[in-house]
Amino acid sequence: MNANPLQRLQTYWDWRAAGNFICGGAGAGLAVVTTVHAMDTPGARWIVAAGLALVGLGLFCVWLEIGRPLRALNVFLHLRSSWMSREAVAAVVLFLLGSGLVLGMPWRAWPTGIAALVFLYCQARILREARAIPAWRAPLTLPLVMLTGLAEGIGLFWLLAAWLRPEAFLMLPLAGMPIARGALWLVWRRQLERRASPVALRALDRNGRWLLGAGTVAPVTLAALGASGWLASPVAAAALALAGALVAGTGAAFKFCLITRASHHLGYSIPRMPVRGVVHTASH
Amino acid sequence: MTRWAMVADLRRCVGCQTCTAACKHANATPPGVQWRRVLDIEVGEFPDVQRAFVPMGCQHCDEPACVAVCPTTATRKRTDGIVTIDYDLCIGCTYCVVACPYQARFKTPLGQFAYGDQPTENEAFREDEARREVATKCTFCVERIDSGLDKGLKPGVHPEATPACVNACIAEALAFGDIEDPDSNVSQLLARNQHFRINEEAGTGPGFFYLWDRKRDAT
Repeated sequence: MNANPLQRLQTYWDWRAAGNFICGGAGAGLAVVTTVHAMDTPGARWIVAAGLALVGLGLFCVWLEIGRPLRALNVFLHLRSSWMSREAVAAVVLFLLGSGLVLGMPWRAWPTGIAALVFLYCQARILREARAIPAWRAPLTLPLVMLTGLAEGIGLFWLLAAWLRPEAFLMLPLAGMPIARGALWLVWRRQLERRASPVALRALDRNGRWLLGAGTVAPVTLAALGASGWLASPVAAAALALAGALVAGTGAAFKFCLITRASHHLGYSIPRMPVRGVVHTASH
Repeated sequence: MTRWAMVADLRRCVGCQTCTAACKHANATPPGVQWRRVLDIEVGEFPDVQRAFVPMGCQHCDEPACVAVCPTTATRKRTDGIVTIDYDLCIGCTYCVVACPYQARFKTPLGQFAYGDQPTENEAFREDEARREVATKCTFCVERIDSGLDKGLKPGVHPEATPACVNACIAEALAFGDIEDPDSNVSQLLARNQHFRINEEAGTGPGFFYLWDRKRDAT
């Protein structure tokens, strides 16, 4: 376990920053899942619209956090290397394509899904490029954050679409995503063992129990029940909706924990201690 | 070419925080913001314990994490290695703050003073709202360096062209100069002493060197 001095928790990115990753990730995930997998679902356009609204809410959270909100458009100035700038551009493209889809241009479904996936990637890269936070810069953080966004999207899709009585074949393949998220979390957690601070690891472990239990086992079981045909229609819909809420809720809780509770600094590696009692070395 | 760098001799630093106070005085930073600070680090277990005072701040890296992530180009690196912030471009997103491996960056809200929300007379006189709600950090006292160079002075040699923390150090633990110049004070110190840089694994190439022992083969 890594325990450098001064592995402090960063306090600059709080619930507002977490809100961007939670809402943006879930909204983009919902847009991806709906456009790629379920545009035939009744009301799919409005589900996409809900996804876009969530992305917008996430960006609004960021706007609340920045110190100089009236200069927010400066965020577009560094496309050459900043993933935050790229995220902003991806959001604009997503809104342009997605709004067209919502307004009745079905050919925009796949482009909207791809734009949402790019937005999700940019978000994950934002964390990956923060070199000071071991829990963020670990190699598997990028796929885990993306997978979490997609899983949240599936959760929200279940939550919204369950009441529209979608076919079971639309639901069951999606159950693989929360399972993949849980499995990847386990590998990622092991990867962090030597990188992150002990306090961050404890926070992640507490959160991980919920992610694996309430966010993986329980919703997959509920989704299977809901899609099995054994339950009466309203009960099946409720089971699917509850499964979706659990997947989305635990995903949000994981991101909140990652951004605000497990974001400990890497500390300072002092490879040598000074050898005392030497001659005057300053050159004056 | 010039590459400004700082050297801290860990054998000489006594942890008096005079550099911290000098920096605060020179740059009028708000409460809680210390561009130059000195870490007090203990390692080992009793009775085998070692202690070191480690001057810390912006390392003015070769590949600064802050420059790469900044979405506004407010944070830039000059050709002489000094990393600067344009306070008029910065949006205060603090991405650079969470990306910096040296905890060297700060953002402070408006209206936060040493004794609550009312500034002291001195704070009111020195308050610069342009530096509130945006990222700030050590600049190697770049204004002193630039104005000193304009006057034909040599940073690291002439106090007027040298960062305030270096001028203030009571133990001569801090030195500043051009590491591209083999005759500069910092180049000489690095040539005669064993040194390391902190968090090198982050890949930023810090411009802040720490001396820990003399080179055994050095004359």
